[in-house]
Amino acid sequence: MSTETSNKICVVIGASHAGVNFAFALRKEGWEGDIILFDRDPEFPYHRPPLSKAYLTSEEGTQQDLLFPKQNYETDKITLKLGKIISSINRKEKSVTVSDGSVQKYDKLVLTTGARPFIPPIKGLNSAKNVFAMRTAEDALNIRKSLNKDHNKVIIIGGGYIGLETAASLSKLGASVTVLEREERVLSRVTAPEMSTYFKELHHKHGVSVLSNKNVTSINFDNNINEVQCDDNSSYKADIIIVGVGIKVNTELAEEAGLEIENGIKVDANCKTNDPNIYALGDCTFHFNPHYKKYIRLESVQNAVDQAKIAAKSICGKAVAYDSIPWFWSDQYDVKLQMVGLSQGYNQTIKRIETDRDNCQSVWYFKDDELLAVDAINNAKAYMLGIRFIQKNQKIDKLKLSDVSIAITPTSYI
Amino acid sequence: MAKITFVTSDNDTIITEATTGSVMELAVQNKVKGIDGDCGGVCSCATCHVHVEPAFWDKVGAPSQLESDMLEFDDNVSEYSRLCCQIDVSDAIDGVVLNVAK
Repeated sequence: MSTETSNKICVVIGASHAGVNFAFALRKEGWEGDIILFDRDPEFPYHRPPLSKAYLTSEEGTQQDLLFPKQNYETDKITLKLGKIISSINRKEKSVTVSDGSVQKYDKLVLTTGARPFIPPIKGLNSAKNVFAMRTAEDALNIRKSLNKDHNKVIIIGGGYIGLETAASLSKLGASVTVLEREERVLSRVTAPEMSTYFKELHHKHGVSVLSNKNVTSINFDNNINEVQCDDNSSYKADIIIVGVGIKVNTELAEEAGLEIENGIKVDANCKTNDPNIYALGDCTFHFNPHYKKYIRLESVQNAVDQAKIAAKSICGKAVAYDSIPWFWSDQYDVKLQMVGLSQGYNQTIKRIETDRDNCQSVWYFKDDELLAVDAINNAKAYMLGIRFIQKNQKIDKLKLSDVSIAITPTSYI
Repeated sequence: MAKITFVTSDNDTIITEATTGSVMELAVQNKVKGIDGDCGGVCSCATCHVHVEPAFWDKVGAPSQLESDMLEFDDNVSEYSRLCCQIDVSDAIDGVVLNVAK
């Protein structure tokens, strides 16, 4: 290995969960050459999930939430080039061009370019005041700075996880929060109606108004306040507007370099693109999931970390193939939601409300007899069992599962 | 300052010292094999499973409901299992020995 890689350079574009975990994994797998990470974000690489959760409500900042401590980059000789934008990939020369004009050669290139918030074309959005997305430490810091007791009316456009988590955190800080969801229910893209109802009620209980069928058409800034107008003629005043309507995948660099793109950068089971010297990992990839037997794109920390480990092994010549069951989590107020699997295509759900514990529920998604996914609310047992059942393609006795008098154990529903 | 010893499944012993943070962060910082901490320490991924050396169980203490639920169906669970992202580093746990789960 040492003779093979000691003079080589691995360049990584994107220093968040995928890029940073990849860099450390590559070193662990025996790569002896340079590892250089570029990111446009000037902040030392941090955990993103807390931004909409604990980070918003704490005073400590991202320095408390670093992906790896600073000294680990030194001991593992991983070079961070932060605040740097890559303007092009030159596959023939095997180099990347930085926006300051400098050129960096590579032997292996890894694209962990992630995604950016999608900003919908709403009339007046550009001239509205205090409009933020929620993706970076800077976004979270700016939101926190803008909020004060005379300036606390918050409108969140979009009732997905980001919007709902941000709503929970800001209401904890004393903001008056309204979530405007365009679809007929929140979380409609990712969960069953039961879950949407649960979260809507949870937010209402905490004084956050969650409104559905609210298609925002324009924003007017007047008299020092934003007026958010919906197509049903309702309107809402906002000191602060947060846009959380989804993301746009950062595929432009890859596309301009002629790499194969299909709803993301297309990669094989080793996370390799159609150029054998270029890999892609994380949110930006369109990859095959062997369990669900389809190509998917995932926006998750777990996928970033899993693919990072696969690519590092593959680059160091070890045989591996991606085979993960996706999982996710969300924290809102005192509720912990854990999700495993992909529910798309389900035709039946079974909901369990445990009677021996407070506020402990789960929704099990089936397509005929196949368990596709489990959403667990304050119910880590259901979550962990869901992982096991899905991995093993376990056939489940649905009648028993529906019976809450039968406790959740590994053998109860087999 | 707390001294914390990790013993990996390959029987490597790694002795560490720290004053703050979680035990998982300490393990990651010291590259303890078998401790990944993929979720960043929010008790969601179970990739930081350790067995507390029984003599130190009282020092470390029992898991929360969520944590014990995460562990209950793990193939390698024992009565001394903990997810070490949920253990804070402090003088109170000085000297403990943690065996990394397989």
